Parts: sequence; structure tokens; C-alpha cells
Amino acid sequence: MLELSHVTKTFNPGTINEKVALNDLSLTLNDGDFVTVIGGNGAGKSTLLNAVAGVWKPDCGTITIDGADITDIPEYKRAKFLGRVFQDPMMGTAADMQIEENLALAARRGKRHTLRWAIKKSEREEFRKALAELGLGLETRLTTKVGLLSGGQRQAVTLLMATMNRPKLLLLDEHTAALDPKTAQKVLEITDKFVDEGKLTTLMVTHNMKDAIAHGNRLIMMNEGRVIIDVSGEEKKKLTVETLLELFSKSSGTEFSNDRALLG
Amino acid sequence: MGFLNTLPGAIVQGLIWGILAIGVYITYKILDIADLTVDGSMVTGACVCAVLVVAGVNVWIAMLAAIIAGMIAGLLTGIFHTFMGIPAILAGILTQLILWSVNLKILGKANIGVSARTYAVAVTQLYKGQAILVVLGICAVLIGILYWFFGTELGASLRATGCNQSMSRAQGINTNANKILGLVISNGIVALSGAVLMQYQGAADINMGRGAIVVGLAAVIIGEAIFGKISSNFAVRLVGVLGGGVIYYIVYQTVIFLGLDTDLLKMLSAIVVAIFLAVPYWKRKHFSKIKPKSGAKKDGVTDNA
Repeated sequence: MLELSHVTKTFNPGTINEKVALNDLSLTLNDGDFVTVIGGNGAGKSTLLNAVAGVWKPDCGTITIDGADITDIPEYKRAKFLGRVFQDPMMGTAADMQIEENLALAARRGKRHTLRWAIKKSEREEFRKALAELGLGLETRLTTKVGLLSGGQRQAVTLLMATMNRPKLLLLDEHTAALDPKTAQKVLEITDKFVDEGKLTTLMVTHNMKDAIAHGNRLIMMNEGRVIIDVSGEEKKKLTVETLLELFSKSSGTEFSNDRALLG
Repeated sequence: MGFLNTLPGAIVQGLIWGILAIGVYITYKILDIADLTVDGSMVTGACVCAVLVVAGVNVWIAMLAAIIAGMIAGLLTGIFHTFMGIPAILAGILTQLILWSVNLKILGKANIGVSARTYAVAVTQLYKGQAILVVLGICAVLIGILYWFFGTELGASLRATGCNQSMSRAQGINTNANKILGLVISNGIVALSGAVLMQYQGAADINMGRGAIVVGLAAVIIGEAIFGKISSNFAVRLVGVLGGGVIYYIVYQTVIFLGLDTDLLKMLSAIVVAIFLAVPYWKRKHFSKIKPKSGAKKDGVTDNA
């Protein structure tokens, strides 16, 4: 359903800070795949997600979703197909707007913004139900400004927004990295629930090896802008952190370096 | 008694500058852009209205034309900023400079008189009571339209654009188009205030917009400080901005009445605005335990639970 073909992206080309973030990367996701992405610092995990989201254009290569080439489509137009949650809890929601206003914007993702009222009465009831399912007590706070919520609450709301209208692809960019362990666990539970219920094709970047192993049906590990490990099915279920680290040093010829990955 | 006599005039002028401040509110508060087009587009509104009224066009149609001229100025700044990638402040300054020439060409000279004794205008300082009523009417219609617009899907997407661009694009909002739209609406309103002020003063002058942005910001800040606590309702906030304009003008008239050198007024206005802009920054810097995170908008971080 998602296909990246020979995608390359170099940041700051021709300068001392030149960095090949994606190096001739090819990757195909099947319908319903829940892929966890892991890798060291600067391996290109977030760059991969940004390429799919259209934050910038790749230097070369093509990206297709369901057979349609989206390489040249701007970020805001791709949003029709995508649900996105960011690492920074501040990034996924509009802080100065109410919870219900944020949800209403998400409910209209990819549609024309008309001069009809931003929120329909019937929607409020749906929003309340959806918020109740998060189990965070937000269903009574529809008109609270999102800026007053905690990081975990904001990520949960962002997840809810990202999974509305069933996106073709859900992109999670280290969305629990900024949260305390307990909250992170809760947000991951909600993630699993939404992905299961919607049977969403998902790409989840994480810095936590245990999470990468525990979630999803497929795991890819990146290094220097390429996919170096790609395991799925039964093989993935048997993975442990130790075997993963071993696989890494075998594939890359170096030690795994991520200051946070091992601690998690 | 002398001071009390100046009060009605101060209220009308305060309301007219309040209209301008509502325009500034849309760019500065909602879109998070400091738009300096204002100094020019206000004069453009005055010039277009003046020339048309002198040519015998109905004053309301002339005001409509002024609004459209202001919108075109906003469009230009928007294109500079988004399509050509010029920082918003510089984009506004460029348009402002373009408008200086345009305004001179519209007027044909540095100023023209549009006396209420000769021409049929809607607002004049000769009849202050009537002027207050007409300007209040214009304000009510304006606030009504804006309240409606920012409650629509399009209006909400515009608010989101000003609040968080990453989120907006992720939700399929064309942020560049929305910035242009906001600048167009804002400068249309600013031009309207120029057209009304021209009628009130009975003249259009090429220099009448100098420092308009500062007066507009002052009104926004005063309005937020005094009326912001009452309600977060959007219409109440806009009324607060109008009130900010009125308070600004009453203070302005008062210091003139007390005999302050009028040459110093612009400087004092700018200093007052600078201090008011600094207060929230100092508050964040010295009283906030949570450091603002990168990628986050400044507002709303400190009251994060």
C-alpha cells in the first residue's frame, strides 16, 4: 500500500554539515502492516516519516500510496491519506483552541474548509464518546483549551485526531519519547487499541527496543539512511533485545549507538 | 470643561482606531504575524475613499472600494511572504513602501480636503454625536461578521494556522493560503478605518498612517489587558480591542490637554507599547518553572498542567 522506491535525501548538501539522511531507501508496506522502526541516533527514522508525510521533497526516488504517486504532492494535500503524531506533544494540536475545535479540524482532514460552522451539534456527541474511550476524563472537558492539558493527554488527543476518518497510513514519530514511562505505556495501549480497531497500516518510530519488539507485526531497523534489518511474523515474535543488538552489529559492522534505546 | 468637550471626539477617534486595531488583532494575535502593511493600507483606504467621494460617488460605495483596495494591499504582502518567502515583517515594509507611491498617485498630491460642508460623508467631526452612532454601527456589523467567520470551518482553519503550522498542515490545512487570506481580511479592515478617519478629519493626507501599527498594537494590548480577563469569547475580545482604542485615545487627549509637547507623543506611544510587549516575556522568563520547548508556540506553554 505504501511504497518508497530508491528515496534519497541529503540535508545541507555541499556544506560541512552535509548529512545523507536517507540513502537509496526502498520499503514496501502491506495493507494492515504495523511496522515499528528502530535505529541509532541519526539513522534516518524521523526522516523516513517526514519523507512520507511530505515535509520536504526527496532528492530522488518516488513514494506511492495505493499505487498513486504522491512524491510531488504538498504536505497539506497528503494529509488526506495520513494520520500523524509527533514526538513533541506541542506539535500535534493547536494549544489555543478547544479540544472539540481540534477534533473538528481533524474530522475535516483532507476536505475543503467551507463557511459552514466549524463544529456540528451531532459531532459533539461523537467526540464525547471518542474521548471517553481514552479513559482520561477528557469527555467532560470538550471546551477546554488543549494548551491546558498535560503532554500525555495531548498525545492521546493527537492520536484520536490522527485516527479519525481512518487514514490510509498512520505515522507515529517517537510519540511517547517526551512522556514519563507510565504515561508512555498508557499512550502505547491507546495506540494498539486504535490500530487494532481501525486495522490501520502503521509506521511507528520508537527509541525503545522493548516497545519496538512488543508492538506491531513487523520491525525494521535503520542505519545510515538505509533499512538494514526487516523482520516480521513468527521471527519477529521471537525477537529479544539481545538478538536484535546482535543482528545489528552483524548487519552494520558497528556497535549500536543510541543513548536512549538501551535504557528504555 | 475644556477637557470634557474633547471627550466625544476622543471616543469617536478611539473607535475608528479600534477598527484598525481589530485588523491588527487578526494578523498579530490570530495569525501570529506582525504586519507592517497597516501604515500604508490605512492611508490607501483614506485616499481611495477621498478621491471617490470628491468625484461624487456615494460614500458607502467609496468605503467599500477602500476595503477592496486594502485587501489588495494585504494580498500583495501575503504573496511576498508566502510565495516569495520573504519574512513577514519585511514583506509588510515592502508593501508599505509600494503603497506610499500608490497613495500619492491616487491622491495626485500630498493631501486633499473632503469637507463635510461640501461633500456627503457618513462621519464628520462637525456632528460628533452622529459620528459616534455611525462608527458604533460599523463596529457592530464588523464584529458580527468576524464572529461568524471565525466560527466557520474556514475561520477555524485560519486560527489553527496561526496557532500551530505543523498541526495545521498535518490536518490538511493550506497554511500559506490561510496566511494570505488573513492578511487580506486584516488590511481590508485597516483600509476601512482609514476611510472612516478621513471622513471624520475631513481630509486625506499621505502621512496620516505613520505609526498606525503602533497605535493598533497599543489598542490590542490595552484591550487584552483590561477586557481579556472578562471572557475568552471572541466577540468580547474584539469589543475589548475597540475599548482599547478608545482608552488609548482618551489618554492621548488627556496628555495633550495637560500640555505635553505633541512632538513627543509618537515616541511615548512606542515606549508604552514596547513595555507592554515586554511584560509577558519577562513574566515567562522569571516566573515560569517550565522552560518553553522548541517547536512550541510561546503562548500556552507556561500554563501547561
